[in-house]
Amino acid sequence: MSNQGPLLELDGIVKRFGGVLALDGVSLTLERGTVLGLIGDNGAGKSTLIKVVSGAYQPDGGRIRFDGQQVRIVNPRYAKTIGIETVYQDLALVDTLDAAGNIFLGREIVRYGAGPVKVLNKHAMQRSARELLGRLGLELPSSGTEVGMLSGGQRQSVAISRALYTRPQLVILDEPTSALAVTEARKVLEMPRTLVAQGVAVILISHTLQDVLDVTDRIVVLRKGRKVADLDTGATDLEELVTYIVGSERTRGAGYA
Amino acid sequence: MPESDAPALERRRDWRELALGYGIYLVLALFVLVMALLSPNFLRPGNLLNIAVQASTVAVIAVGATMVILLAEIDLSVGSVAALSGAVTAGVLKFAVGGAAGGVVGLLVAIAAGLAVGTVLGAINGVLTVRGGIPSFIVTLGMLSIARGLTLLYTGGRPIFALGPDFSVLAYGRLATVPVPIVILVTLYVLAALFLHTTQLGRYIYAAGTNRRAVALAGINVDRLKLGVFALAGALAGLGGVLLTSRLDSAQPTAAAGWELDVIAAVVLGGTSLYGGRGSVVKTLVGAIILQLISNGLNLLNVQAYWQQITKGGVILLALLLERSLRRARGGESL
Repeated sequence: MSNQGPLLELDGIVKRFGGVLALDGVSLTLERGTVLGLIGDNGAGKSTLIKVVSGAYQPDGGRIRFDGQQVRIVNPRYAKTIGIETVYQDLALVDTLDAAGNIFLGREIVRYGAGPVKVLNKHAMQRSARELLGRLGLELPSSGTEVGMLSGGQRQSVAISRALYTRPQLVILDEPTSALAVTEARKVLEMPRTLVAQGVAVILISHTLQDVLDVTDRIVVLRKGRKVADLDTGATDLEELVTYIVGSERTRGAGYA
Repeated sequence: MPESDAPALERRRDWRELALGYGIYLVLALFVLVMALLSPNFLRPGNLLNIAVQASTVAVIAVGATMVILLAEIDLSVGSVAALSGAVTAGVLKFAVGGAAGGVVGLLVAIAAGLAVGTVLGAINGVLTVRGGIPSFIVTLGMLSIARGLTLLYTGGRPIFALGPDFSVLAYGRLATVPVPIVILVTLYVLAALFLHTTQLGRYIYAAGTNRRAVALAGINVDRLKLGVFALAGALAGLGGVLLTSRLDSAQPTAAAGWELDVIAAVVLGGTSLYGGRGSVVKTLVGAIILQLISNGLNLLNVQAYWQQITKGGVILLALLLERSLRRARGGESL
């Protein structure tokens, strides 16, 4: 593992869906221990881009360097292996499992096994889940409560705990506040800084520009599959971001190709 | 034995909750009570054992069907697959391994051949569903037709009978005093319940039926899981077919026709959601027994066979309506 240079570098990422060019040569750099905001209108390519980074989509062109190595992120499992975790907008939780069941989904602690049949160690998973949430200052919902019965904020906590379990280097938060009440959203927005304090880099996708201005170090604006701005958060403001998102005079003509 | 609706379930326990969780046992008790009152013969041990043995073939197949339905898929081909498996076992037993002269080894080879046929057809269902991207409803509807056609071809449309006393042990033998089919049934349900509630794969079956995408994003190969479950369901349909063949001492080309309905009815009567992710295999067994009680009861009451079909269908629809309205009233179901 190298600890110098940027954590993530995307170079000319292209993704097509049939005839639609969803990503048209997007490049960006994420420094270690920083929060990058990724913004843009609906259909600008934000979700597609993070799915490329999280291994859900394969790019049709371009290169990815992570932690100093050129990588091909062939699937979500591989992304996790190299230290990239994603918290999806819909949280991708299994509503009929409890918090521990979700946190350990795909990496259950097992007692013993014969071939593919492995017996779960439910107690060990409950214990580890409680410790993990405790580290984040969160409380584990009582054992056995289905996450489908939890509040939006609690569900968010479960999803983020799951992402942190493997001690990743990069956590992608996709619209973390879109489904939350205002007070819960505020709590969740403290999360990127908490993560950075633990040495994790964060990519935050959000529609709420003020939130992005509040918690990020840099902001990348996508429009129609292209990067139209790459800004230092301290040196920009709401007005400038809106201009980039909707398209300025300069880019309007070039937008449709 | 684990009896929860899904792994680790805890909700507000109002009466609807209780009805959804335990209503099936109440229905079973009610049926037993009514039958006992209506017919003096009903509670005789011979009759009760008979009911259990008769329920066992459908119940064996329903174990696999429960897992398929937990994954939010469906298998309509089980009746035909059972028939083909039974026919192959009978054919191998009679013509390939020398019948009674083949001894225990011959018997085991014949049974293995039947189970293998079921497994292969189940796996084909699985491959066409997950790789072919065809809804399992259609895939298994096609397989229903294909397997029945193969059965007719293989048997030439005539039953294969006189399979020998060794083979009939499966249906009529006793272990101590317990009929062999009951031993098989109980073993199977205990294993299935343990598998679903205590193992990693069991948990994945529930989880993938609830939120397929979340499970796939967690790095679990849902396609392979589904394929395995379809193959297992095929194997269990095969076992059901072998048991039926043993009980009839013959493989009928039209055996188990229409059983897919009974099997699915047992599963949904047991409260397993057709939308996947919720259900219990133990309750499937209760569902299968209730279905058999209905048939048995109507027989004891000398109700015409045509009416039996109507009653059975009606009970299933009623049960589903009731379950649906209870869930809706309780809320928390996102469909």
